[in-house]
Amino acid sequence: MKKKTKTIYSAWFLAPAVIIFGLLFIIPTVISLFFSMTVWDLSSFRWVGLQNFIDFFSEYSLRIGIKNTFIYAAATCVLKVVIGLLFAVILTSKIRTKNLVRSIIFFPNLISTVAVGIIFSALMHPSKGLFNEVLGFLGIGGINWLGDRSIALYSVIMTDVWKGVGVATVIYIAGISAIPKDYYEAASLDGATSVKQFFTITIPLCRSSINSVIILAFIGGMRTFDLIWSMTGGGPGFATDTIASVIYKQYAAGFYGLSTAGNVIMFLLIAVIAFPLFNYLTSKEVEV
Amino acid sequence: MIKRKVKLAAADIIVLLSSLLIFGTPLYFLVINSFKSQKDARALSIAWPETFHIGENFYEAFSNQNYLIIRAFGNSVLITFFSVLGLICICAMAGYVIQRRKDRLSKIVNGCILTGLMIPPAILPTIWVMQGIGIYKTIFGMVLVEIALGIPFTTMLFRGYMGSIPREIEEAALIDGCGKFRIFAVIIAPLLKPIASTAVILQAVTVFNDFVNPLYFLPGNKNATIQLTLYNFMGKFSNKYNLLFADIILITIPMLVLFIFFNKRIIDGMAAGAVKG
Repeated sequence: MKKKTKTIYSAWFLAPAVIIFGLLFIIPTVISLFFSMTVWDLSSFRWVGLQNFIDFFSEYSLRIGIKNTFIYAAATCVLKVVIGLLFAVILTSKIRTKNLVRSIIFFPNLISTVAVGIIFSALMHPSKGLFNEVLGFLGIGGINWLGDRSIALYSVIMTDVWKGVGVATVIYIAGISAIPKDYYEAASLDGATSVKQFFTITIPLCRSSINSVIILAFIGGMRTFDLIWSMTGGGPGFATDTIASVIYKQYAAGFYGLSTAGNVIMFLLIAVIAFPLFNYLTSKEVEV
Repeated sequence: MIKRKVKLAAADIIVLLSSLLIFGTPLYFLVINSFKSQKDARALSIAWPETFHIGENFYEAFSNQNYLIIRAFGNSVLITFFSVLGLICICAMAGYVIQRRKDRLSKIVNGCILTGLMIPPAILPTIWVMQGIGIYKTIFGMVLVEIALGIPFTTMLFRGYMGSIPREIEEAALIDGCGKFRIFAVIIAPLLKPIASTAVILQAVTVFNDFVNPLYFLPGNKNATIQLTLYNFMGKFSNKYNLLFADIILITIPMLVLFIFFNKRIIDGMAAGAVKG
């Protein structure tokens, strides 16, 4: 049997994937550990030890990227998990327009992130944008969505949720539709209200969907770059810089070692948070 | 009974209207402003245009900078086509073997690939490697990078789907004297069509809309992709919202067409792929 496995499923089938993935993903990842401790310009390098990492944590303009990345990842993750679940519950009820609404919610995912950034920057224009006009109509003073240091990051987060909540919703819909209907029937015969059914049946049984959404949204948030870059460019000041935008800025400024160190910090953070989170979440899953 | 029906109809309408309000308004804003004159569009309102300038705006968006957008569109289509083609061939084979073999080699490969789902790429070292083998700033290099970054997700899709195909098929074919490459190419590959079409659509959207990777790995105007062009227009047209929005519409139309035809496949594919990960 063992021999047969080897004869049919030749390891050569893995070769193209291993070569391309190894060459352009694994090798760069491994050597990034080395180059993050150098000052280099792609052709020559000088060893500086941990200096790049020290700079990263001591300089405000770099350190703030780490903090913003956490806020961004956590906020987009929580909002997508909650709002997506809400939409999915509505769309798995008896609503007749659900297919149409599902498509409407999902469509922003197909628009490029840069385009979404441009559209929302226009909507958030401080003096004539639609958002402030609506607020003005309601008698609330205008908000400088992208120009105010304390708000700008949250404006981008809001845009990210608008674009990405559709994926969370369809993942939940798949999970909720897989729950057998008899559970709900039995529960309502026993007199459970729909709120109670939601908390005792829907949430525990679509756990694996919730986990997928958490992981996807969190990792996506940690890596975010294009939306930030097209909406604020990291500004005002450094108020919306994330690790990924700091990596790009350092690259553009020619500080390749520092940029690589940022990259290493990003994967260490993801590895330290996402892997244990993933293991913890999957250990709590139950089979439907 | 009638009361319940009325209630349900009311819920229908409320859900539809609020989804249109939240998700449709920005799109309506985009479209309506691409029809306006420059002065009119600068007001950034959702009011009906005073005068329509549809042909003019779209022609201008097209012809700007010597039809740069057409060249960029060509580049993007080229990159998308070859990346997706490569991904499907490479990942179908890899997913097939990883799902079937239970030895150490396939476990290691699987582990590496799953790690790739989470860990972001190391950008500058990738440029360094690309420069070393002479593919930096080339379309070919860009295609290889898109393939490398798409391998984890696509392989996972194929590996998951292989689980639903019984092993006996290959074993029977082996007894009939079929070689290992023919088993894959003639017997297994046709069975993978459903998941392959899902993977094609999802990866085509990802690669076509990719901004970050071309920004790093394919800089320069010569090989600009459509998303980079859009980003450059953003700086250039900062006051000509009508043209900027016309541009966005032009480059979103392919995705819209894809979505209209493959709506169900895209949505189900995203959901299935995400859950299996």
